[in-house]
Amino acid sequence: MPSIPAWFRWARRVFLTLLAGFVLLPLYVMASSSLKPLQDVAGQFRWLPSGLTIRPYIDIWDTVPLARYFVNSLIVAGAATVCSVTVAVFAAYAVSRYRFRGRRIFTVTVLSTQMFPGILFLLPLFLIYVNIGNLTGIALYGSRGGLILTYLTFSLPFSIWMLIGYFESIPRALDEAAAVDGCGPIGTLARIVVPAAVPGIVAVAVYAFMTAWGEVLFASIMTNDVTRTLSVGLQGYATQNDVYWNQVMAASLVVSVPIVAGFLLLQRYLIAGLTAGAVK
Amino acid sequence: MKLRHGFPTIGLPERDDSVMRTLRAAAAIATLTALATTAIGCGGGTPTGAGANGDAAPKTLTYWASNQGPSIEADKEILTPELKKFEQQTGIKVELEVVPWSDLLNRILAATTSGQGPDVLNIGNTWSASLQATGALLPWDEKAFAQIGGKDRFVDSALASAGAPGKDPAAVPLYSMAYALYYNKKAYREAGVDKPPATWDELVEVGKKLTRDGKWALGVEGSNLSNNIHQVFVLAKQHGADFFDASGNPAFTSDGAVAAVKQYVDFMAQDKIVAPGNAEYAQNQSLQDFAKGKTAMVLWQTAAATFKAHGMSPDDWGVAPVPVQSGMPGQGRQVNSMVAGINMAIFKNTDNLDGALKFVKFMTGDEEQKILNQTYGSIPPVKTAQQDPAFNTPDLTVLRDTLATSAAPLPQVPAESQFETAVGTAVKELFADAAAGRPITAELVKERLTKAQQQMPQ
Amino acid sequence: MTLLTEATPGRRATRPGGRSLPPRGRLGRAALPYLLLLPAVLLELLVHLVPMVMGILMSFKELTQFYIRDWASAPWTGLDNYRLAVDFNAPVGRDLLHSFWVTCVFSVLAVGLCWLIGVTAAIFMQEGFRGRGLLRALFLTPYALPVYAAVITWAFMFQRDNGLVNHVLHDQLGLTAERPFWLLGGNSFAALVIVAVWKTWPFAFLVVMAALQNIPRELYEAAAIDGAGVWQQIRKITMPSLRPINQVLVLVLFLWTFNDFNNPYVLFGKSAPEAADLISIHIYQSSFVTWNFGAGSAMSVLLLAFLLLVTTVYLLVTSRGRRAARA
Repeated sequence: MPSIPAWFRWARRVFLTLLAGFVLLPLYVMASSSLKPLQDVAGQFRWLPSGLTIRPYIDIWDTVPLARYFVNSLIVAGAATVCSVTVAVFAAYAVSRYRFRGRRIFTVTVLSTQMFPGILFLLPLFLIYVNIGNLTGIALYGSRGGLILTYLTFSLPFSIWMLIGYFESIPRALDEAAAVDGCGPIGTLARIVVPAAVPGIVAVAVYAFMTAWGEVLFASIMTNDVTRTLSVGLQGYATQNDVYWNQVMAASLVVSVPIVAGFLLLQRYLIAGLTAGAVK
Repeated sequence: MKLRHGFPTIGLPERDDSVMRTLRAAAAIATLTALATTAIGCGGGTPTGAGANGDAAPKTLTYWASNQGPSIEADKEILTPELKKFEQQTGIKVELEVVPWSDLLNRILAATTSGQGPDVLNIGNTWSASLQATGALLPWDEKAFAQIGGKDRFVDSALASAGAPGKDPAAVPLYSMAYALYYNKKAYREAGVDKPPATWDELVEVGKKLTRDGKWALGVEGSNLSNNIHQVFVLAKQHGADFFDASGNPAFTSDGAVAAVKQYVDFMAQDKIVAPGNAEYAQNQSLQDFAKGKTAMVLWQTAAATFKAHGMSPDDWGVAPVPVQSGMPGQGRQVNSMVAGINMAIFKNTDNLDGALKFVKFMTGDEEQKILNQTYGSIPPVKTAQQDPAFNTPDLTVLRDTLATSAAPLPQVPAESQFETAVGTAVKELFADAAAGRPITAELVKERLTKAQQQMPQ
Repeated sequence: MTLLTEATPGRRATRPGGRSLPPRGRLGRAALPYLLLLPAVLLELLVHLVPMVMGILMSFKELTQFYIRDWASAPWTGLDNYRLAVDFNAPVGRDLLHSFWVTCVFSVLAVGLCWLIGVTAAIFMQEGFRGRGLLRALFLTPYALPVYAAVITWAFMFQRDNGLVNHVLHDQLGLTAERPFWLLGGNSFAALVIVAVWKTWPFAFLVVMAALQNIPRELYEAAAIDGAGVWQQIRKITMPSLRPINQVLVLVLFLWTFNDFNNPYVLFGKSAPEAADLISIHIYQSSFVTWNFGAGSAMSVLLLAFLLLVTTVYLLVTSRGRRAARA
């Protein structure tokens, strides 16, 4: 839009300012409350703290074993992401580069799993994990492995779908050139397609990581004290006796910072990935 | 490790050739490792045996404790030395997991459906009959009781809260609690109230004196379903009603039940001695208000530790029995508390029954009963331990006498948890109505209770 | 149910054939795609499909607390659980229907608002201005925030006595005579919508922003030369180019919102107020709180059937609309 009229500028200014306020408000509350003494958050809301304290940031580690939950979440979300992306890359490559029987059924089925209400398969999945454990000795229930397996599958449909779109946008001429150079299909995938699809892969990875990092329902049933993840562990600040709101906010902030920072650093790729892939 | 393999392929800023080659190699490695992990079932996490019944050797036990102290971590600090003691005595190592209340029932449920659970666990005593019906818990027959010193060691009212009447209990009592009226002495002095009310009429009368200058007489937890149930259960008893009839069918709409619910909600709606904001309280905000002097009274079970944590000194508050309609607390219509507490159960699927029994014996022994109940501010359900002078403080004497003479167990029926949800929600909604200024009529109460009853399994 | 093929129409037709890779022996060529798909298929089977089939089986059983210990031996009840769920004259069915309507209204409102805000913000931010990058980062933050952290902060703000919302509305602006409740009663629905929109609109923003980058600048320049104003450019160029992505975006947003569990669960806990009784929470309560997994599963199956139906109809209708628009 080469020349932007004044009314448009004004509308833009007003709309974006209001929107920024709406977005910012809870973020401000989270940050400011996390620095307030307990009496501030237990009483009438105040915009400015009566005094600043970093006490909540020290206490959060004692009230709840936050450090352990943090490590668990990192392992679970990290492993789920790597596995999910890998599996999705293979599947998307097959669908985008080959015609084969069952291709459509596969894509349709995978995508339709997005519709399944989690409640419907929470208990069955749990029973399956327990039975696998009884039969083979692989402990899926209560272990991080079970959670990784679950989460990687949660992000799989969207990841496959997005990568198919992305792979389709990579010119086949490149594949053919690689084939002429003597690359097999896997070689072509690893040397040509994957490097060319990095933005798409990053986008998928970010999505997979976020899905795993924030999930509450399955984690609350499938973890124990040793393997509990952050999103469930955070509920520990609302204990039987009290809600330490300043600690809740401090812990929420601590939990959010790495994921938000990572997301914002990678958002460039995310947009690029979406632009070239899914939304084309 | 995987993370580090995976991410270099992502952050490539520019594409010069040598960089690309390394990246390709890295990508290939990442792909292979990830594929290998996938192939072996993606066992990226280490299996951890703590909660997952990892006790192949009978020298260990898994124990799920409930959250009794100020935090999960505090509970671990309190229990660990005791478990060490048990290990020294018996050579059995107890793996402890303190399960938060928000997860406990779901975890038990998951354990029940799968047979994969702890060996020994704590349950809220009101769940006893519900869990008993699943058949997942070891029934405590004479033989089992004999191994922990006999049934007679326990207070009757506590035992009555361990399973349906006429059946072997599904658990044994571990900690007992009862409701009492906690009042702020300073607020009483300032309002010219010289003694705590003994009847509800007196409470309302005193309450009207105490409600002034932005302060309120009584605190309630209007959105806490369990607490609502505990309160209206007692009031229903006082009106001569029960929420379940003799054959265990729901009877929520009797005149007595309606009157009880109405009386409780009317403290806010009609008597106006409860702040409207209390309608959304569910996380013990009423105790905070009490500690800050915003409300003068609360009806609560063993609140002393919380008040102390909020900076009150024990001289600041007084404890009195919960009021009755008239006369003195006792049995029948004079009941003034439910039997609150925690029970200890053995999971039937345990592969170490002998050890589990030993552990329950240890935890219900006089010594541990004294130590743990004293730490948690509760009353030992074990008669001999109860006699200890440590439980003779003014606070605890009230609670102990209530338990001994005027407490009744909540209905021990399989549908107890549904009852808590249905009726607790009805009371919650009525509080929301009252807070919004809508009149609470007997018809409205009855309508809500009818709806609650319809939600019960037929 | 042809999300994929419909989402990228026309591409397959223009592409120079799929079999571009040289085969390595007949068997290898035939087996390779299946090998590549194998991990995905196995995982989907294990985590989604088999459990779902089990869930459907459970819906035909009497799976109450008396039988959960050995669910295989629970008695079959035929269609009883379904009859219970759809008997709208009885309380269980009536509540389910109520919850269903609440969820429908909630989804339509939330998806509509997310889409509207997302598209508007993306269009306003299409052209560069000072601080655009910063603003974009800010706007994406709610989406990146873990659900629990985001929603618990809103719950903190919505408290009646101590929350920010009432502090502003009542204390500072004096708009209300009484302090309203936000987590109880009728307002809880508004609270739920606000939280859902706050958390989800950045996703719409992100996707639309990406889609806008695919529109060639020359189109706008040509339109400007023809004398089209900003408004007309948006109507004639921007919106039509967004049509394909809107189809998918709205569907994805709808499915997420309709099935959303985390948001209401953190906001209201195990028993949501009547006005905000979303279906996922309702089913959770029916199965996990009252321990009637048979009835809970039956309700889930009905929900699934509904979503399948909506998706199919939606895709059929929107695809036909698009084809017509193209022709």
